[in-house]
Amino acid sequence: MPQAAASKDSYLKLESIRKTFGKFVALKGVGLAVERGELVIFLGPSGCGKTTLLRIVAGLETQDSGSIVQGGRDISRLPAMQRDYGIVFQSYALFPNLSIFDNVAYGLVNRRKGRDEIQRRVSELLKLIGLPDAGRKYPGQLSGGQQQRIALARALATAPGLLLLDEPLSALDAIERVRLRGEIRALQQRLGVTTVMVTHDQEEALSMADRVVVMNHGVIEQIGTPEQIYREPASAFVADFVGKVNVLAAVAEGGGRLRVGRLLLEGAPGAGALSTGARVSLYLRPEDVMINGAAAAMPNTASAKVTKVEFLGAFCHVTVELAGAEEQPLLINMSRHAIDDMKLCPGAALSVGLPPECMRLLV
Amino acid sequence: MDLAVSKSWRQAIGRAAVALVALWAVSAVAQKTELLVYTALETDQIKAYEDAFYKAYPDVAIKWVRDSTGVITAKLLAEKANPQADMVVGTSASSLAVFSNEGMLQGYAPKGLDKIQPQYRDPKNPPEWVGMDVYGAAVCFNTVEAGKLNLPKPETWKDLTKPVYKGKIVMPNPASSGTGYLDVAGWLQMWGDADAWKFMDALHDNVAHYTHSGSKPCREAGTGEFPIGISFEYRAVTTKKGGAPIDIIFPKEGLGWDLEASGIMKTTKKVDAARKLMDWLATPEAMALFAKNFAVLAMPGVAKPLDFVPADYEQRLVKNDFAWSAKNRDKILAEWAKRYDGKSEPK
Amino acid sequence: MTTATVEALSPATATRIKPIAHWHDRLSQLLLLGMCLALVVFLLAPLAMILVKSVQDRDGAFVGLQQFRDYFDTPALRQSIVHTLSIAGAVTAITVPLAFSFAYALTRSCMPFKSTLRLVALTPILAPSLLPAISFIQWFGTQGVLKWTLGGASVYGPTGIIISSVYAAFPHALMIVLTALLLADGRLYEAAESLGTPTLRRFFTITLPGAKYGLISAAMVVFSYTVSEFGIPKVIGGNFNVLALDIFKQVIGQQNFNKGAVVSLVLLVPVLVAFVIDSTMQGRLQAQFSSRAVPFAPKPKPAFDVAMLGFCVTVCTLLLAVLGMAIYTSFIKLWPYDKSFSMRHYTFGLVDGGVISAFFNSLEMAFFTALVGTVLIFGGAYLLEKTRGMSALRALIRLLAAIPMGVPGMVLGLGYIFFFNHPDNPLNVLYHGMAILVISTIIHYYTSSHLTAVTALKALDNEFEAVSASLKVPFYKTFFRVTIPVCLPAILDIGRYLFVNAMTTISAVVFLYSPDTKLASLAILNLDDAGEIGAAAAMATLIVAASTTVCVIYAVVTRFLLVRTQAWRRPVTV
Repeated sequence: MPQAAASKDSYLKLESIRKTFGKFVALKGVGLAVERGELVIFLGPSGCGKTTLLRIVAGLETQDSGSIVQGGRDISRLPAMQRDYGIVFQSYALFPNLSIFDNVAYGLVNRRKGRDEIQRRVSELLKLIGLPDAGRKYPGQLSGGQQQRIALARALATAPGLLLLDEPLSALDAIERVRLRGEIRALQQRLGVTTVMVTHDQEEALSMADRVVVMNHGVIEQIGTPEQIYREPASAFVADFVGKVNVLAAVAEGGGRLRVGRLLLEGAPGAGALSTGARVSLYLRPEDVMINGAAAAMPNTASAKVTKVEFLGAFCHVTVELAGAEEQPLLINMSRHAIDDMKLCPGAALSVGLPPECMRLLV
Repeated sequence: MDLAVSKSWRQAIGRAAVALVALWAVSAVAQKTELLVYTALETDQIKAYEDAFYKAYPDVAIKWVRDSTGVITAKLLAEKANPQADMVVGTSASSLAVFSNEGMLQGYAPKGLDKIQPQYRDPKNPPEWVGMDVYGAAVCFNTVEAGKLNLPKPETWKDLTKPVYKGKIVMPNPASSGTGYLDVAGWLQMWGDADAWKFMDALHDNVAHYTHSGSKPCREAGTGEFPIGISFEYRAVTTKKGGAPIDIIFPKEGLGWDLEASGIMKTTKKVDAARKLMDWLATPEAMALFAKNFAVLAMPGVAKPLDFVPADYEQRLVKNDFAWSAKNRDKILAEWAKRYDGKSEPK
Repeated sequence: MTTATVEALSPATATRIKPIAHWHDRLSQLLLLGMCLALVVFLLAPLAMILVKSVQDRDGAFVGLQQFRDYFDTPALRQSIVHTLSIAGAVTAITVPLAFSFAYALTRSCMPFKSTLRLVALTPILAPSLLPAISFIQWFGTQGVLKWTLGGASVYGPTGIIISSVYAAFPHALMIVLTALLLADGRLYEAAESLGTPTLRRFFTITLPGAKYGLISAAMVVFSYTVSEFGIPKVIGGNFNVLALDIFKQVIGQQNFNKGAVVSLVLLVPVLVAFVIDSTMQGRLQAQFSSRAVPFAPKPKPAFDVAMLGFCVTVCTLLLAVLGMAIYTSFIKLWPYDKSFSMRHYTFGLVDGGVISAFFNSLEMAFFTALVGTVLIFGGAYLLEKTRGMSALRALIRLLAAIPMGVPGMVLGLGYIFFFNHPDNPLNVLYHGMAILVISTIIHYYTSSHLTAVTALKALDNEFEAVSASLKVPFYKTFFRVTIPVCLPAILDIGRYLFVNAMTTISAVVFLYSPDTKLASLAILNLDDAGEIGAAAAMATLIVAASTTVCVIYAVVTRFLLVRTQAWRRPVTV
């Protein structure tokens, strides 16, 4: 998948950003455009360069080469002080000795705003984040989620053109994390502030972003909407990293057919272009696998034997062995009701359908 | 606008002029030459000497830098490349002889030099240093502790080598104390090398420890920490006056001694003022003040008898050649260290 | 914005981007450069001068290693090395187990009065090192009431040096071992107990290995303290020569500065070795401490607790006896013949003798050392830890900041004479002034204060500076509004540490004072030199009183003022 072409008036444009730390190459010439009002999330494993890229945008690190243009202004060489953004860190970085009010007002005081104006702005922001009465407390007296809301208010107080969020939810417990996810997204859409966020949590990225930038080893693997990233992963890494996926080793047989073990599969998109004998990987999401009745009408059907049922709450992971491809176990997502209905347990037999339109072939 | 500016300018200049005149008037009254003087004199002595000097020469102000002889000497030598002091006053003649050898002093014959005894000044003409008063060796003997330990009262240096005094004697280390060095230099000049070192070998067997200052042995004798302390007569007298149960002994063979002496630094820019102080130090008025603390003065005929110091004290002093003692200082100390530093420690 | 810039950025040309430095960055980098320069001028250059002087003769001619050959040819000086090392070894062997037992009692028993005992155990820090020497002479000297306990041996010499040094070094060892024991993980003990491990075995398998690095570190600190200490052997050492005393004798007694330089380099060797071992151990001690460790909570065991209480009370009684004897000596008329109460050592000995000015000099010196030192050290540590750019310079400063701990004060002081009294050095105006005393003392105690500051700063969130930059608030505003208030406890701690040490230090300043700037600790030395034990004890008492006052003020300030500035530390009150 090619990088999204930057429209003329993209708000933030990164071009060929390269950064090394000693011999380690953190970013290998990264390019990216963020539209006005968009929420873009950098997603990737630790060490992939996502945080470095964010810090370069913030001017906290300096790229070796490459340019950054924000709102039509080349900020490549500007110090952080002269850029226009607000930032929120994983650690909240609230000033512990200042009251919540003073924390939120921190950037306003320096702009020589009147006392009343500051007062108004701070209470407006505190109301916005749902903590209207927290002004006189200290950060240490608030929960993690509340503290991160304050950090968000502080970053937004000066109405910056760009909001940078560096793993803002990673320090929170699971429930807070999910709740704050929605709140941040709602707030961002309401204010229409262009936002770049960094996370290693794919669920967070998929649920919040307008577009996701998947990074690995200092390069961008794919840029796309969450739907695109999930449905049409551009690389094996993306497919692997985002969501669960079955990877089956396959060989092209010619005529658009693929062989997995002794099993012949048809109709996978792009299979026709492969030369006979080419080895490819076939990617299929566990929830795309069809079972029994639903599988009956499908071209690629096989009988299978259940080897393991893993209970995961709302749904279950069922591992099966396909007749003819026993050495490559297949994972299927099923609801608990379906399993109960079919009385599935290890050793049970069922028929499985592999829908060709859900398959992706990657070398 | 222009007018206003120029008016305020004129006012400012006027005020500045008045201030300048006032400043000049004040400074004219206070225009004294300030001498930086290094000294090893006692604090209370400085006060008395200074008051008398200011009466004679109101146009000179003295800034004193006071410390022990060893420290003052070290300081002056350390600063040799970049001397701070204008003068050295009331510091041992041995040290001044060292400075003289190092070319740090300038010659000056104060008025009244002819009245100073020749053995109490630098023999050069004009002299680079002139003596004030003499301090010599004395032994402090604690009678209370001696009674408890059944120690006989020693009368001579040689007495101190008797086995009965083993571990009972304290003496200053000549390497760190001017008093210690005057003892050693006195013995060497009195008895000659061979006999003097033989005596010191024997004395060493009886010495409990060597102190770094010349006063401490007498103080320790005074508190009974060690019954016998080899020190100098000024400290012996003050210790006895302070109520310590000691007798002051002046060993019969003869006493090593040194002078409190003064000289002008070669590098001083305030020669006139320095000469005034040198002149004053050689006056009978000054000598009369020294006489309150010391029995023997550089100028004959001024001294008065002091409590606890015998009338014939001056006759008991050995012949002392400061040039010799300065020249051989390093050699003597090296020999001393070789003999006693290494083996004197308790095992 | 200009197209030229964009062209220059094309990856093909690959010229490294030079960020435009904000003047804030330039300011902080300039300050950092100044800090580095100060450390070079006030630490590195004087030390380098010692190296230079050690290969020159008195007239400044290069003589290679001749001075060293002469030195090692003098049996007396050679013997000093053996003496120094054996004394330091003995002091270490006594102090560390003593400190460990005390710390063990404080952390592993349920004895009462823990905080009082701990406070008393730390009192020796308030006293100049000459105080125990004087006090032990009074206790064990010829006229001492406890002389019989030595069985005819003399306190003057190794015995006196060792017991005095143990007194002086004890609190330093105690603090280190205490920290090590406090860091122990309570879960290990719970695990051992659940496995039914016997007490003795628990001690050898958990307690000792856990405190290992702390013990080694304490041993090294005690060792180098004893090696560097020159006041104690000077007062109570008799004729027992040690290296530190040799430097003093060479410089003050014989005015042989070059030989002094040689001896100081010899002295530097064991201290540096100890220092390197200590830093390694400190590093491991930090690493060993996991943030998840659960503090150990001792359970009452009556017999053990009583035994531990007995031990600690004994140690504290001894420590107080040392302090008490010095105070007593200062208030009696004429030891040992007239023991009636008298203020004459204060009135006649100190005030009339003109020595009292030294006490006020000390107060002034300690005040400025604490004030200037705290500002420079904390400010420096802040620039080092929290600003950006010039990473090579930062590495150099970190190294320089670690050096003072490995340099005995006398060596530093000697280097200062060489460097600052050089006629070609424009800074020689400092020589003889109060400023040079303040500077040398700050440098002498730089390392521990610097480490305190760095630890406090590292505990702060690393992103405060990034957040303020994003909010367009200058870094110095955040420094004053956030960093200083949050680090206030550490800052006050540094100030107190510098004050107390400046009141008692002698080693670095002994070569640097002028009669106008004579210090109380040095006055004790001179008074003792002149045999004025009573007045020396009086001056020592004044120092203890001043340091105690400052510590009390510190305690009051931390307790009450901090309640206000540190309100945020309190947990939820609603």
